[in-house]
Amino acid sequence: MFDLDRWREIFQSINKNRLRSVMSGFTVAFAILLFTLLFGIVSGLSNSFKSAFKDDAQNSMRVRVWKTSKPYKGLQTGRSIQLTNKEYDFVGKEYEDKIQYQTARINKSVVIKYQNNADSYRLKGVHPDHQFLEKTMIDEGRYINQRDLKEKAKVIVIGRLLKQDLFGEKPALNKRVNVNGSSFLVIGVFSDEGGDNEERQAYMPVTTAQMMYGNNDYINQIVLSYQTNLSLEAAIAFGDKMERDLRSKMSIHPDDQSALSVRNMAEANKNVGMFMFVLYAIVILVGSGTLIAGIIGISNIMIFVIKERTKEFGIRKALGASPASIVGMVVQESVLITTIAGYLGLSLGTYILTFIGDSLEKEYFIKDPSVSTEIVIGATVVLILSGLIAGYVPAKRAANIKPIVALRAD
Amino acid sequence: MIKIEKLHKSYPIGKDSLHVLKGIDLHIKEGEFVAIMGSSGSGKSTLLNIVGLLDEHDEGDYYLNGQLIKNLNEKKAAILRNKFLGFVFQSFNLISYKTALENVALPLYYKGMKRKERLQIALDYLEKVGLKDWANHLPNELSGGQKQRVAIARALVTKPKVVLADEPTGALDSTTTDSVIDLLKDINEEGMTVFVITHEEEVAAQTKRIVRLKDGVIISDELTKSKK
Repeated sequence: MFDLDRWREIFQSINKNRLRSVMSGFTVAFAILLFTLLFGIVSGLSNSFKSAFKDDAQNSMRVRVWKTSKPYKGLQTGRSIQLTNKEYDFVGKEYEDKIQYQTARINKSVVIKYQNNADSYRLKGVHPDHQFLEKTMIDEGRYINQRDLKEKAKVIVIGRLLKQDLFGEKPALNKRVNVNGSSFLVIGVFSDEGGDNEERQAYMPVTTAQMMYGNNDYINQIVLSYQTNLSLEAAIAFGDKMERDLRSKMSIHPDDQSALSVRNMAEANKNVGMFMFVLYAIVILVGSGTLIAGIIGISNIMIFVIKERTKEFGIRKALGASPASIVGMVVQESVLITTIAGYLGLSLGTYILTFIGDSLEKEYFIKDPSVSTEIVIGATVVLILSGLIAGYVPAKRAANIKPIVALRAD
Repeated sequence: MIKIEKLHKSYPIGKDSLHVLKGIDLHIKEGEFVAIMGSSGSGKSTLLNIVGLLDEHDEGDYYLNGQLIKNLNEKKAAILRNKFLGFVFQSFNLISYKTALENVALPLYYKGMKRKERLQIALDYLEKVGLKDWANHLPNELSGGQKQRVAIARALVTKPKVVLADEPTGALDSTTTDSVIDLLKDINEEGMTVFVITHEEEVAAQTKRIVRLKDGVIISDELTKSKK
C-alpha cells in the first residue's frame, strides 16, 4: 500500500523532530555496524582456515614413517622404518572400497638442466592419482599415466616456475632435460595453487624414481583420499584402523606415533569445524546481543516519543483518526527510521570491511572479511521486524488511550 | 440533533466512584446555540466529552443525529466524530509542528480527501476566520486569539452538524473573546448547531439558550434575550 499522504505525514513528523529521529536511528545504525564488523571479521577468519587447506584435497590422508620410539617384540627403539611397495599394495587392497585416490611419494632433490640453465629442484616420484590429491592443474601436455609407470618411462612433468627458470618463454613440451645426468622427456607443465614452492618442483613416475635412485621398492609416503561419501567419523575410524594395521604388519608398537603415523585431514577438518562452530556460536550470541541492545534502544526512544505525542494522538483522534491509522503511522515511521539507519550501519560496516580487509589479511590471519548476502537479508528482516515491534507495542497502547485522557496529557 | 435521556456517568476514584452526571435529560435541536454553564466540578466537561464521543456514558440513552450511541468501538467513534462533530478546545490543541493551514486540513485528511483539494478548502476556511495571511505560520507564531480561530476553522472544515466548544474563550482576553464569540455566532447564523461550555456569564449571554448544571443535574434551562 503506497499512501503518499501517509508518507508526507511521516516525513513531516521525522523532519520536525530531527533530534529524536537521529537519536533512534543512531542506536540502530551503531548496532548493525558492530554486528556487520563482527560477522565480517569472523567470516574472514573462517576464509583463512578454508584457504589454508585449499592446496590439498580436503579428504586426504598421509602415512608417514620415521624411527621407532618404543621397543616392541624384541626390536629396540631408534629403528628406522621404511615404507615399500608392499605396504602400498596392502593399503590399496585392504581398503579398496574406502579409497578414492591413492599414490606413493618419493621425495628427492635433483639438479635439472636444460642447455645452459641448471638448478637444484625438488622432485617427487608419484602415481597418476597424485594429480588429484595435490590438485595439480595441467597447463600443457599431460600428467603421468599408468603406461609411464609400467614402462618406467623417463618422463617428467615440471612446474610452471621451474619451466620459466629453465626455458623462459620458449616451449618446454617434448624437450629433453637432464636430471642428475639422465635425459628425461618433458611431457607436461603444471600449475598449483599451493604457492611458488609447489610450482618449482617436478614429478616423475614412482617406478622410474625407484629404479633410478637405489633400484629398490622404497617409498617415502603413502598419500590417499577417502571416499567422499564417508562421514567424518567413519573417515577418522578408517584412518585409525589403517594406522593400527600398518603398525602391526610392520612390527611397530601399536602406540608408536614416531615410527608410523597417519595424518588424517578428517581429524583436522573436524577440529576446524568445531572451532568455527564455536566461534560462530559466540559471534551469533554477541551479535544478536548487540542487535537486541539496539532494538531495546529504539524501543525505549519510541516509548518516550509516543508518550510525548500522546496529546497529538488525542487531537488526531478527536478529528477523526482511527486507532489503526495512528498505529500505522507510528509503525511506518519507526520501520522507516530503523531501515534507513540500519542500512547506513550495514553499508558503513561493509565499507570498513573492504577498506581494512587487505591490511588484516597480512597481519592478523583474516582473509577477505565480508558479510554474505544471506546475512544482509537476514539483518534487514531483523531490522524491519524490530522497527515494527519497537513502534507497534507502544503505539498500540497510546492509540487505545481514550481521546479524552490523551487530550489531557501534557 | 442531540437527544440525551437519563444520562449517568461516574468515574472510579480508587475504591470509590465519583458520580459526576446524575440523570441528565437534554434535547438540542438542529441550529441551536446552547451554552452549558456551571462551576468547576459540575459535570459540564464530562457532558461535552460524552456528547463529543470522547468518552462513554454509563447509563441512559444518547442519540446523535437520530442514531443511538451505544457500544461504539474506537473506529466507529472516530468516523462519527469526523462526520458530525467539530471540536474547539480551551487550550486550542493545534499540532505544534504543522502550519495553520495543515492543522485546518487535518480532519479532511482523515476523511480521505486528496491533498490539493483539502488544502484549498482549508484555505477557504482560514479566510473565513480572517487568517488567510497566516496560513503558513506555525501555531507558536500566532497569538491566542489567532490560534483559537485556527481551531475553529479546523472544527468547521468538515462541515459538521455540531460544533462543540469547551471553554473556547477560557484562555483569551476580553477583546479576542468577543471576536471568537462573534465567529461562533456567525457559524450559528449559518445554521450550524453550536454547543458551548463556559463559566463566563458574558459569553453565555450571547448564546440563545443557557443550560445550568450543578452537581451533575440540570438546575435550569432557559432561552436568553438574544433569542428572538
